[in-house]
Amino acid sequence: MERKIKVLVAKIGLDGHDRGAKVVARALRDAGFEVIYTGIHQTPDMIVTAAIQEDVQAIGLSHLSGAHMTLFPKVLELLKAKGRGDILVIGGGIIPEPDKEKLYALGMAKIFGPGTLTQEIIDYLNSKFAEPKK
Amino acid sequence: MAQLISYVENEDPRAPGILKALYGARKKPYRVGVTGPPGSGKSTLVDRFALLAREQGLKVGIVCVDPTSPFTGGAILGDRIRMSKAAADPHVFIRSMATRGSLGGIARTTEEVAEILEASGKDIVFIETVGVGQSELDIFDAVDTVVVVLVPESGAGVQAMKAGLMEIAHIFAVNKADRAGAGRVKQEIEDVLHLAPAQPWEIQVFLTQAFRGIGAPEVFARILDHRKFLEEQKRENTRVIRIQKKLKNLLLERFEKEVVKRPEIEAKLKELSNKIIEGNADPYSASEILFEETWKEKSKS
Repeated sequence: MERKIKVLVAKIGLDGHDRGAKVVARALRDAGFEVIYTGIHQTPDMIVTAAIQEDVQAIGLSHLSGAHMTLFPKVLELLKAKGRGDILVIGGGIIPEPDKEKLYALGMAKIFGPGTLTQEIIDYLNSKFAEPKK
Repeated sequence: MAQLISYVENEDPRAPGILKALYGARKKPYRVGVTGPPGSGKSTLVDRFALLAREQGLKVGIVCVDPTSPFTGGAILGDRIRMSKAAADPHVFIRSMATRGSLGGIARTTEEVAEILEASGKDIVFIETVGVGQSELDIFDAVDTVVVVLVPESGAGVQAMKAGLMEIAHIFAVNKADRAGAGRVKQEIEDVLHLAPAQPWEIQVFLTQAFRGIGAPEVFARILDHRKFLEEQKRENTRVIRIQKKLKNLLLERFEKEVVKRPEIEAKLKELSNKIIEGNADPYSASEILFEETWKEKSKS
């Protein structure tokens, strides 16, 4: 039996800057993750539906154009409403420090800002989903 | 349901129980395979088919397969990008799968995942393969109807005469038909099809532009024709053959897991490989020894 870590990487909202999301998706792939990549202009509803159908362990949200305080909480809210508040939500993009605190309080697990090494994200996810040693 | 699928995909110990319970719960399931080279527009076409099926009130399941890296074991599953229309419909369930080492164009558990979708009440399930070349043909045994998607650059002609991919189609779609050469490719496939002896099912070739929705309704209508054809033909025969193959595969998997992968056998495998490297054995005699050992192990258990 093998258990792969499945992660949904999504560009949320009206923001077409997908370079970062693609770099992260690619890095996760190379680290042995199964990455569902859904492309740009995703609504919170689309992201949550996809995450539930694909039964991912984590969602990575990318947003660079300023609407994160509207969109990220919406994702957390929908996940809880649909009984999948257990799915880990992380984010990346241009997120000011004060906003980070608010988002953590709402249940976001981690926010990675510009300059983050992809290895940090990989290590973080691996530590979260490490299988207990037999 | 999504979590049941994960159990099956991860070959969790709970999976056989789930599959046993669900197999009989399916009502007249119908499965369509969509295959073709990478970038030919399979996902976009499936998106269109899903919408057309929804218009007829059918509940839709979609399983899309993308390749696993043989180097890292990771995968990028990107088929959902092209399925945004279908994804917005609550009666459409889309699940992406990585091949996880399987080489036939679908994953080892793709059929089982389709079975779960069927048991959940989906009337029609589309399976989209990885982008294929000529010989990844597992889809043929997993579905009722196969649609092969090509593009004008596929260069039909003699390609259409070759064995493999071109033989498994019940329907052809030449997609991206606004590009030059589409009509010629269609013509060439038709010419080659005419060389074969007449069959009760006529394989037709359609020009499509999936992105604009052009041609998709005609292909979908033809899929439904094929369904009717199979019902009238009493498809029991083909189904029995398919189920025989499935049983054989299940048997082989079990054998691999419980006999071949036993530590004693793995150790012997390593020992013999070393011998071969050192020049003290050849692979052919070694495989005979392995077979004998495996057999012994099996009778012991």
